[in-house]
Amino acid sequence: MNKAITANKLTKKFGNFIATNAITFDVDKGEVFGFLGANGAGKTTAIKMLTGLSRPTSGEATVAGLDIYRHAEQIKQQIGYMSQKFSLYEDMTVSENIEFYGGIYGLKRSEIRERGGKSLDQLSMTNVRNHKVNSLPLGWKQKLAFAVATLHKPGIVFLDEPTGGVDPITRRQFWEMIYQAAEEGITVFVTTHYMDEAEYCNRISIMVEGLMVACDSPAALKSLHNASSIEEVFIKIARNKE
Amino acid sequence: MKGHVLRAFVKKEFLHIFRDYRTLMVLFGMPIAQVILFGYAITTELRDVKIGVWDMSKDQKSIELISNITSSEFFALNDNVSASHEIEASFKKGRVKAFLVFPNDFGNKLERGTASIQIIADASDPNTANIITNQLTSIIQRWDMLEKSKTLRRAFIDTEVRMHYNPESKSVLLFVPGVITIILMLVSAMLTSISIAREKEMGNMEILLVSPLKPAVVIIGKILPYLMLSLVNALIIMGIGNVVFEVPVNGSFVLLLLECLLFIVVALSLGVFISTKVESQQMALMMSLFALMLPTILLSGFIFPISSMPLPLQWISHAMPPKYFIIIIKAIMLKGVGIAHIWKETLILSLMAVFFIGLSVKNYKSRLE
Amino acid sequence: MKRLPFILKKEFIQIFRNKAMLPIIFVVPIVQLLILANAADFEIRNIRLDISDADKSADSRELISKFEHSPFFEVSYIGQDYKGNIERLDRRESDAFLTIPDNFSHDLKSNHEVKLKLDVDGIDGQKANLTYFYAANIIRGFRPRINNIQMLGKKFPVPIQVKPRYWYNPELDYKNLMVPGILAVLVTMVGMFLSSMNIVREKEIGTIEQLNVTPITKVEFIIGKLFPFWVISLVELGIGLTFGKLIFDIPIVGSLPLLFSFTAVYLLVMLGFGLLISTFTHTQQQAMFVSWFFLVIFILMGGLFTAIENMPSWAQKITWFNPVSYFIEVLRLVLLKGSGFNDIMRYFGIVGAMALVVNSIAIFNYKKRQG
Repeated sequence: MNKAITANKLTKKFGNFIATNAITFDVDKGEVFGFLGANGAGKTTAIKMLTGLSRPTSGEATVAGLDIYRHAEQIKQQIGYMSQKFSLYEDMTVSENIEFYGGIYGLKRSEIRERGGKSLDQLSMTNVRNHKVNSLPLGWKQKLAFAVATLHKPGIVFLDEPTGGVDPITRRQFWEMIYQAAEEGITVFVTTHYMDEAEYCNRISIMVEGLMVACDSPAALKSLHNASSIEEVFIKIARNKE
Repeated sequence: MKGHVLRAFVKKEFLHIFRDYRTLMVLFGMPIAQVILFGYAITTELRDVKIGVWDMSKDQKSIELISNITSSEFFALNDNVSASHEIEASFKKGRVKAFLVFPNDFGNKLERGTASIQIIADASDPNTANIITNQLTSIIQRWDMLEKSKTLRRAFIDTEVRMHYNPESKSVLLFVPGVITIILMLVSAMLTSISIAREKEMGNMEILLVSPLKPAVVIIGKILPYLMLSLVNALIIMGIGNVVFEVPVNGSFVLLLLECLLFIVVALSLGVFISTKVESQQMALMMSLFALMLPTILLSGFIFPISSMPLPLQWISHAMPPKYFIIIIKAIMLKGVGIAHIWKETLILSLMAVFFIGLSVKNYKSRLE
Repeated sequence: MKRLPFILKKEFIQIFRNKAMLPIIFVVPIVQLLILANAADFEIRNIRLDISDADKSADSRELISKFEHSPFFEVSYIGQDYKGNIERLDRRESDAFLTIPDNFSHDLKSNHEVKLKLDVDGIDGQKANLTYFYAANIIRGFRPRINNIQMLGKKFPVPIQVKPRYWYNPELDYKNLMVPGILAVLVTMVGMFLSSMNIVREKEIGTIEQLNVTPITKVEFIIGKLFPFWVISLVELGIGLTFGKLIFDIPIVGSLPLLFSFTAVYLLVMLGFGLLISTFTHTQQQAMFVSWFFLVIFILMGGLFTAIENMPSWAQKITWFNPVSYFIEVLRLVLLKGSGFNDIMRYFGIVGAMALVVNSIAIFNYKKRQG
């Protein structure tokens, strides 16, 4: 099985409101897969179903070859997750956060020390390791959160709007980290509403009001819609819907 | 100060309150449940207290006296022992609260005037033990007097007691005002302290601080909605007290409402004061609920009379707003007296309100600078 | 379970890093204990008694002097004007007044029944009752001076002697119960407030979502949340008892290990209940409200301030579900009466069962997956 994620008619309803409407797609291993859409298009709902935070109303999906209904807990060992809300403990230091999340994923103390040290080196954050997280700037926190989410070397990492509110330079650095993770063989599933970021993905899917209206590589989508940027693609699709 | 600014601000606060229906339920539902529950349950009236006897004589007189005691509403016989070690065992199992020990040949000794009865009370609950002993003594001696007046043909001195303001000595009349006080105090202080602390936590406070609103407007805006809520709460609770527990309002209802209003303002402004001192909701909650709860219950005269406390504690109790309100509310509801009797307490509460609001405005201003 | 040490470390770090909260956890309860333990006294002294003596005989003066010498009363003479005396009650200038009728001495000696009227301010329930008991006691024990020939030989009745003895607390010192009792209440409050706010705080901040996508199990999660507060509460009980012993010299008759074992089980109930509330609520505010509601009920119906025996029977049945009432009962039994394990086995069973139920529901109700 080469697919990291498969989804078949995955649907979530809240009362009469359909948050995601029968979305179907799959993600290859090692791919950087972008999930695009306006706020409220259903991106976060989709990611929550795949990570086991939310139970789908209907449809099927597998993550790392495991069924999301029956094997939700096993899936959790295989994935990393970085949520929309900031997810590290603000009142704990950088290394305490690393130790805690490493420990939860069952890493040995020696592994935590070694991998954590490496990550901090790469982030140039070794000198702030004993600072409390709430004293760091937002961009640093996000990079740290990503490092923590991939510390246990998951097969797949889910990033929900990881670059929201971050300055352009840090966003750039953040995407370098994503590429590096992909090179190491980690599948990256990332949601964003920054259209320029979509260009960095191997493939993207576009969601509008709970429906998945497109899913292909950025280049293919641009030529299909005769557009020069993903932003144009998005605007054209949105207009067609109306 | 422009009226419409205040109006807009108060409206915003109301929206906050009514959107959170869970908190609203808590706000109105819980005090009602508590008043009803406590109205029935918190009482110091003795009722069917379980006692035991060790009757060494088992003659006509001792049996008569025992039945006299246990036929009262206060006591019920639950144990009968014939040796002292059984008393110990019975106490340890918690079967009874007190034992009556009759000497042998009780009847004859009684006639000779040398009879004595021992009460052994389980004083691990000293307050209850004291009351039980006194009640038992009173029943026994009264029985004895009646007996003697028959046999000796002698009149005796009796004490005719009249309990003013509460002729039937009903605990509920005394505790319902106390419960109202406790609930109003804690709920009100908690509401405002949380409300400002939440704004601080969410960063909204900064927005209010840079806005052209005067500190006083912000504080009044915070207090006003909760003032109305708490007043409604007070009315509901007093309504229950009146309908369910027949707690009267002998004095002026208008005066009672005004005093309630005053007390709520004190509690709310205490809440505001707390909130200017803390940085998080958690702290605000711990201060207003945890730090205030026991002092409010214990130092307000709600259950334990202040006059029995050691002097330093009596001084501390002077700083407790609920103490004054309990005096006021009992005076109006039960004694039916007017402002002439409670002006001192009213004045003190007013000063407390001014004090807390003043401090809050000052703290608030200093944050601006 | 190899994740547990990491989870526990994190919880402890967070508790002890919160510098504003530490004094509230450790200092406020101890200060409250030391102060408030003095307040819970039903014993009444210095009852302000007005006496209006219309008789002005040697006998009435004798009776008045009995009151003056009683440790319970503080006598002030006031005129015979009934209205004026009522007015003084209204103004809370006196607690009671005794009316001695003008034929008091005469009636006594001529073998007429004498009734003394005692008017009591009934605003303080217990105080009013005790006022009556103490006054009636003095009056019953009163015998007129035998100063005329006819009275000789005719014995004035000697009232039966009632000798009270107070077991487990011969001096009737209310602090013996109140110090451990208030300590129990404080430990309970700290534990329950903190635990009830804990999970919901992670919900509010959003970190709970991150935890829920990790392989952490529900049981690990609940234990991780429960254990730190459990340790803190036990330590707090230890500190409080030490202060109680040093400052108030409270008796510790029974076995301390037994008391701590029971407390350990009891705390599981209260902390589990706090966590349960935390799993049900969405904001810290709601969690605090709900725990406050239950705590006030638990505390006021716990049998410490007013006796459970005095409650109507349906309310007594409610207290069967009140863990605080068992804790206070066990404190009383072990500390004051020296009861052993056999005496309190029943309570161990009940509280243990409660702990099991409450924590199972808490674990069941903590859902890693919402909706």
